[in-house]
Amino acid sequence: MSEDDMMPGWKDLKPGFVVTEPGSASSYKTGDWRSERPVRDNVRCIKCGICYIYCPEGCISETEDGYFDADLYYCKGCGICAHECPRGVITMEEEK
Amino acid sequence: MEESLFIPREVTTDENFAPGHRACIGCGEALAVRLVCKALGKNVIIVTATGCIEIISSLLPKTSWRVPWIHTIFENVGAVVSGIESAYKARIRKGKIPPKGVKFVGFAGDGGTSDIGLQALSGAMERGHDFLYVCFDNEAYMNTGIQRSSATPYGAWTTTAPVGKKRPQGQMTWKKNMPDIAVAHRIPYVATASPAYPLDLMDKVRKGLDMEGPAYIHVFSPCPTGWRCRTDMAVELARLAVETGIFPLYEVINGEYHLSIDLPELKPVREYLKHQGRFKHLSDDMLEEIQTRVEEDYKRLRAKAVLD
Repeated sequence: MSEDDMMPGWKDLKPGFVVTEPGSASSYKTGDWRSERPVRDNVRCIKCGICYIYCPEGCISETEDGYFDADLYYCKGCGICAHECPRGVITMEEEK
Repeated sequence: MEESLFIPREVTTDENFAPGHRACIGCGEALAVRLVCKALGKNVIIVTATGCIEIISSLLPKTSWRVPWIHTIFENVGAVVSGIESAYKARIRKGKIPPKGVKFVGFAGDGGTSDIGLQALSGAMERGHDFLYVCFDNEAYMNTGIQRSSATPYGAWTTTAPVGKKRPQGQMTWKKNMPDIAVAHRIPYVATASPAYPLDLMDKVRKGLDMEGPAYIHVFSPCPTGWRCRTDMAVELARLAVETGIFPLYEVINGEYHLSIDLPELKPVREYLKHQGRFKHLSDDMLEEIQTRVEEDYKRLRAKAVLD
């Protein structure tokens, strides 16, 4: 997303700065704050969903085959999922 | 039971608190807000005081809220939420809108609850409005840069309770017991909750919401930025706070105390404190002092509780 999309000019704002779209923050990319990314080794995963419930961003979702994956558009790389995973599926790897 | 738990089957996948919010990396409060919003559902009006939750979720021109939400200044969440509730009831009484079972919820941080917003909250609870109040307690004014509040625990470093020669312990006063102040209003439901126990937290939110009259929930919200700990520690610290007895989980239903988790043996408080930079200056004597106080408080709570 370019800087222009994030910061509309005053002419783009509604009168009274009314915000018309619920949950519009979801177009904002927080993924570029990340210095480490979660990497999964799904062989050990028991699909319990602990990572899903403990994600502060709410960016982890169930995939079609029942495993879980983080949306890197939002993931800030805090590492809570890796720390809490009871099976040690997730490791944090440095972003290059 | 614990082994067979499959979380996605237990909770809704709806996210009423949208991602893309600007909370710090590893924020325990953002996690708590997300879980509370999952439990609240769509049919609510949320009133939020100034504080971390407001600034991370509502940076103009975007919003993280997918439910009706209003921001109010620090001191009057209680007043605004009771005003909205009264107006809603009045309009139903006059036949202007059909009753839709809308619920009213106030969110505030520990500063907005135990310091600045206490009188408005006390008034709203005393008048008996039908609302749920959730306090997200990160134990200082984190949004403005880690200033002490009355919810800051003894011995913590903050920028306005610095550690020095005359005050080697940092914060010199003990944490204000906000849940007990709520209990003193004789409201039907008071609870403490922690994001480390998400299903318990969501149960309590639903209970508080369904209760007729005021309900108060105090949610422990670890803050890696202000507590000077690693970003992956928020959930671990929330769990340790419960296991050491620093933040016991209980409910008070119509004045009756029930422990959500009864711990026959508490872990030493050092286990919880050692991960946090804000406590790193504490001497053994101070640790002992904290340990004694925590055990005393826990014993007192256990004596009050109805053990089932």
